[in-house]
Amino acid sequence: MSDVAVSATSGRPMLELLEGFIRELREAGLPVSLTENLDAMEAVKHIPLEDRAAFKYALGATLVKNDAHWRAFETVFEVYFSLRGSQYRLRPDKEEGPEGEARPAEMAGAGQLAGAGGEALSPEELAEMLYQALLHGDDALVRALARQAVTRYAGMEPGRPVGGTYYLYRTLRNLDLDNMLERLMEQTRRDAPQPLTALEERLERDELEARIDLLKKEVEAEIRRRLVADRGVEAMAKTLRKPLPEDVDFMHASREEMANLRKAIYPLTRKLAARLARKRKHGRRGPLDFRDTMRHSLSYGGVPAEPKFKYPRPAKPEIFVIADISGSVAAFARFTLQLVYAISNQFSKVRAFVFIDGIDEVTRFFEGTDDIGEAVHRVNTEADVVWVDGHSDYGHAFEVFWNRWGREIGPKTTVMILGDARNNYHASQAWVIKEMRKKARHVYWLNPEPRAYWNTGDSIVGEYGIHTDGTFECRNLRQLERFVENLA
Amino acid sequence: MDYRFESPASVREQLREVNYLADEGIAGVVYLADRLAKPVLVEGPAGTGKTQLAKSVAEILGARLIRLQCYEGLDESKALYEWNYKKQLLRIQADRNLAQGETTWNDIETDIFSDEFLLTRPLLEAIRAEEPVVLLIDEVDRVEIETEALLLEVLSDYQVSIPELGTLAATQIPLVFLTSNNTRELSEALKRRCLFLHIDYPDLEREKEIVLAKVPDITENLADQVARIVRSIRQLELKKAPSVSETLDWARTLVLLGIDSVTEKEATETINILLKYQTDIAKAVKELTDDKDGGRRSLGKVAP
Repeated sequence: MSDVAVSATSGRPMLELLEGFIRELREAGLPVSLTENLDAMEAVKHIPLEDRAAFKYALGATLVKNDAHWRAFETVFEVYFSLRGSQYRLRPDKEEGPEGEARPAEMAGAGQLAGAGGEALSPEELAEMLYQALLHGDDALVRALARQAVTRYAGMEPGRPVGGTYYLYRTLRNLDLDNMLERLMEQTRRDAPQPLTALEERLERDELEARIDLLKKEVEAEIRRRLVADRGVEAMAKTLRKPLPEDVDFMHASREEMANLRKAIYPLTRKLAARLARKRKHGRRGPLDFRDTMRHSLSYGGVPAEPKFKYPRPAKPEIFVIADISGSVAAFARFTLQLVYAISNQFSKVRAFVFIDGIDEVTRFFEGTDDIGEAVHRVNTEADVVWVDGHSDYGHAFEVFWNRWGREIGPKTTVMILGDARNNYHASQAWVIKEMRKKARHVYWLNPEPRAYWNTGDSIVGEYGIHTDGTFECRNLRQLERFVENLA
Repeated sequence: MDYRFESPASVREQLREVNYLADEGIAGVVYLADRLAKPVLVEGPAGTGKTQLAKSVAEILGARLIRLQCYEGLDESKALYEWNYKKQLLRIQADRNLAQGETTWNDIETDIFSDEFLLTRPLLEAIRAEEPVVLLIDEVDRVEIETEALLLEVLSDYQVSIPELGTLAATQIPLVFLTSNNTRELSEALKRRCLFLHIDYPDLEREKEIVLAKVPDITENLADQVARIVRSIRQLELKKAPSVSETLDWARTLVLLGIDSVTEKEATETINILLKYQTDIAKAVKELTDDKDGGRRSLGKVAP
């Protein structure tokens, strides 16, 4: 792709574009320092501007220093440096700009669509061509058809204040891709000389899914281009702004964000474990070791010139995690359990309890398994946590916990309670927390709700909170990481 | 100033000649590193060719590769320089024996803190070299955060300050690659001085090309199959996804065994080369063999 917006806007406009671009990156939460800003300005001088890929990587290498931020960067990049031209206008203007006639090159490659627009395609023809293109993996044709599909189905109107996802949804719904995949699989099976083995079947499906993914990406890009053309760069960048993975709210994460969170949690645990281990090793100095100091004083003629200190024994706390896994906070509990287990070698013992209105110990699911995801899955399916109706009842759960496991809490135990304390107006039984705190080393409460919602409606986190050593808002990975780090 | 590379495309071309198949991102960043005279911080999963990139760049430039392997406890005397104090002692003794009482302390002092008694370590070595040099600082995330500071002067100004000698500036600007497995967050100061490059698993086409380039006697068909199966396996939630180097090992094994088309049987029998954990192997074998239509749906989207 060579017809890049920047080629038309060299010199000063380019600088302004870059400035806006960097401002937007900062707005999106990426830490871009002044040096990096200058580096980027310097870097683009060396890059042939018509090489869009090189341009993108030049900006990426100078401005983004964390792989988790790459997606945010890419989105902003696509908006600021999207392919522009009159063909993306929602209502074609009479006066064509200089780049107006520059139809994207792949249109020409897709011979069957020759002739600009190709408006004449009926829905059936479009579906049929798409089917053929996906079946044969003709990427160029897929791209061209994605554009067609947007024109036909998205129903984009200038100035209409709807998000891009709305148009995306409309387009994809009309293309009916799930059915398409099945049809394609059927065809592949029919074309095969002999019946497909499970392995072949799987590989074929992977391939077709990859092609459909490409189609989706193209549709998305097309919609974005048209929106940029319609609303302008700044407005578009704002609507597309998404939180960085470490800032995504557990409670309101979309499915895609969830997948990213899951990916983010593994490196996080590794990082935390490494840091905690290091912290232990460099532990603070302990109290004066009188005997050792005196022994060493012999070499200074009896003058205790070099004080020696006792190194504190690393205190390895026991952790009791008590997590609410009712629907509203399940995602949060899942991440916390994963995180705590992944760094459990930093603790002498980790025991986990989950509850809704009944409570059950689930430590056994985590023992002897490497696969935390699997363990959490078993927690969700096998643990006996429903007592009456499966609506959170903190009071009852705490009471049962106290009666069954309360005496196992000792001075080395740190208790972490995870939940939003939305108790459905049941009795709070807050005395359990009070008793716990008397016996335990610390009792902490992590609440995945924003602080502003606490103690509203049926939330009684305050009632429990006064008996704990601290209640913490814990809505994203960043906050969770900070908490666990302080714990050890 | 002379630049080493013409354009990102030429970097890619040259790397290809030494069998390193770079994508646009890699080529672009290497090109910029040369133009901006900045070090490159390379991150990414293990076994995706981070270290190999430095080696390959050294090869195409005909430069010497100086490698500093980082580890916990690495210090100045291992990374920068050290005084060869044994030699210094000998020198003092020799002086004393030769001409008793005639050399003053001052003479000796200026004498023994000179080049002759300086042991250069990789960082100093790299900036003092006369010929072109590629400096590889491997696994920089292994050193403690305090030690990281040792690198900063070299990375930003290409110089080393030695109290007894003053500042030694670089005779040429080396291309510097730092690799990291991201076990800890590197300091802002370090990141700011570097260009950032994340090398991920290659896409299907590139991986296939890599296999074709690196495994002698492999058929196009087998390479294609290998790449496809690896892609499929990487989509599973595994403890350790197969790296490119493991893909290559697997492809070599298949060639050695004389297999030219992988069926389920061969795949499951040799999968231990690709995966290193028993749980991962069990999972992959299960997924690759016994899935019919329905089971496949759950893939990669494990129920919450």
